[in-house]
Amino acid sequence: MAQIRIENVRKDFGAFTAVQSSTFTIEDGEFFMLLGPSGCGKTTTLRMMAGLELPTSGDIYIDGEEVGQKPASQRDIAFVFQLFALYPHMKVGKNISYPLLSQGMPKAQVKKKVGEIAEILGITDILNKPVGGLSGGDRQRVALGRAIVRDPKAFFMDEPLGALDAEFREHMSEELRALHDRMNATTVYVTHDQLEAMQMGDKIVVMNHGVVEQFGVPQDIYDWPATKFVAQFIGSPPMNFLDFNGMVGTGSAEVYLNDVAVTVPEVREGTNGGITFGIRPEHVRLDDGAPYRGRVIATEYLGTTQIVTLATANGPVKVRLSSADRINVGDQTGLQFDARTITLFNSETGKALKSEANMEVLFNG
Amino acid sequence: MADVTLKGVSKSFGEETALDNVTMTVPDGSFVVLLGPTGAGKTTTLRMVSGLDKPDTGCVMIGGRDMAGLMPAQRDVAMVFQQYSLYPHLTVRQNLEFPLKSPILKTPQAEVDQKVGEVAEVLQISHKLDNKATALSGGEMQRVSIGRALVRNPSVYLMDEPLSSLDAKLRSDLRIELKSIQANSGATLLYVTHDQIEAMTMATHVGVLDHGKLVQFGTPREIYENPVSVYVASRLGQPRINVLPADVFGGAPDGAASIGLRPEHIVQGEGEGSVVTRIEHLGDQTRLHLEFKAHDLITLADAHTTLNEGDVVKIRPNKPYYFDANGARVA
Repeated sequence: MAQIRIENVRKDFGAFTAVQSSTFTIEDGEFFMLLGPSGCGKTTTLRMMAGLELPTSGDIYIDGEEVGQKPASQRDIAFVFQLFALYPHMKVGKNISYPLLSQGMPKAQVKKKVGEIAEILGITDILNKPVGGLSGGDRQRVALGRAIVRDPKAFFMDEPLGALDAEFREHMSEELRALHDRMNATTVYVTHDQLEAMQMGDKIVVMNHGVVEQFGVPQDIYDWPATKFVAQFIGSPPMNFLDFNGMVGTGSAEVYLNDVAVTVPEVREGTNGGITFGIRPEHVRLDDGAPYRGRVIATEYLGTTQIVTLATANGPVKVRLSSADRINVGDQTGLQFDARTITLFNSETGKALKSEANMEVLFNG
Repeated sequence: MADVTLKGVSKSFGEETALDNVTMTVPDGSFVVLLGPTGAGKTTTLRMVSGLDKPDTGCVMIGGRDMAGLMPAQRDVAMVFQQYSLYPHLTVRQNLEFPLKSPILKTPQAEVDQKVGEVAEVLQISHKLDNKATALSGGEMQRVSIGRALVRNPSVYLMDEPLSSLDAKLRSDLRIELKSIQANSGATLLYVTHDQIEAMTMATHVGVLDHGKLVQFGTPREIYENPVSVYVASRLGQPRINVLPADVFGGAPDGAASIGLRPEHIVQGEGEGSVVTRIEHLGDQTRLHLEFKAHDLITLADAHTTLNEGDVVKIRPNKPYYFDANGARVA
């Protein structure tokens, strides 16, 4: 298994820059997510690690060895695609054993190995079936089996669950994660689904327009986004943004939203001009006595919780509350913000302002 | 606008029963979502109403009129599909005008312009009206195809997973847009999805289908809080309801074979011990995977819980559901 290091990697396709200058490290045994909207460069990044694309500049290290310009066949990795490409004329067992037989491994050893893998994946009973009649899940398991069987240094997966329906997807993502925990293989996984990334990943890289916006563990990224893009892309509903013009000084722990003082984590980097006040829906409480006012314009029932949308002087705010709370459209009420969880952004650059709360996560190196 | 009624509708394709004696009323001005996994009969139901397929037995009525023998074009319904099928050689405006320009309708040009303008406004595509349909992003194309249904002002809108090919952000925007279009116009909408968030947030009524049978019909809250079976209970709720043998906690009523526990039915800190096997941080919620007497459970914890894998958490059920051996609700 392997550590993978990406240093200043850039990829141009003609005049179009797909990846600008990425640097991050994937530790041995990690389940690592490349997350972003379509066109952000996540698949290109993965393909460069795998050797399916060569970087325009920059270095890629697998286990300390620079492999940037080597083709995929010399990198000892396995790739699982969104559309599981199985050999349609072969049985399940043959599909899985194919990579080993083509490497020239002795038959007896191959048989033992395939048996082990089938056991791990729970497909022992279908080894002698043709792949044609298999369900989507079993086909995906076979495709995984074929990747695992070679014991590669790392697994690369490009939206392997993208084609499955919601219910089955949830099941497979749990299965994949459990498989990873048993084998502890370094896995790099591309997705545009933030929930999938949060759910499965040890670490996440969030990309946008070819640029790495943030890199870290899921909860840190969720709590302390480095940019407005990350704050919006992660979380459903996303972080609320209240825009205002004003000044906030270093050392201050208060901002004025529509002339109402709101406590925020102590600011370490003052600014003057357009400021965005960011808060997650679950960190707002409705309190009739609170001075910052809003009017309920919509409620969305979600079972355990509900999402209440309020119109405020600084724009709409979504609040996550228990479904047991009775809220009516048209209600006038106050909003209470949990001061420990607020992030301020520079509205123009979109970058988070340093504060005592996010210092450790965002500016530790 | 009109109501839609299905009475004893059945449909088979060869050996396969797609719909089994479905009786349902979509009230005038309601937003009805049909929910169920692949193969449950959702799309077949839509096709019965649209006239793209005919029932083997039973009847379909729109606005009190029996639809037997009527072609799709004669039913005054508009359909939106998952795959937006726009005319690629036409502009957005021409695509939107197309249904109004049908020789049967002979709509005056002034009226056409006004309608297209209104719909474009609602769907926020006014600035793209003169673009070629192919020069749009996926989300814009889907809005145009919804717009093409809206300009006609039909009695009933039928939508088959119109949002499922869009990315998450756009999906949540269009969810709110669709809901407000429907609420403001008083349109009747029959909508198929397997996305439970869409069902919960948009529907006035949810119909749950299981192998061609309509097993429950009610408001999202009724379906979530008062499911008739373990099947219905499993359709809604994230994380999914936990189903364990009825007697693991003791105190099960007679006839109960299993107990169903949503996260809000599990009280933490009281009762018997369970072991934390995994913690998932999803940001807004933190999922606790627990092992209780050799059974796996998933529940929610505070986002910043200090629990770790291997810790022991006491749990006890609070107003859980009980189901019999066939999965029907007994308490």
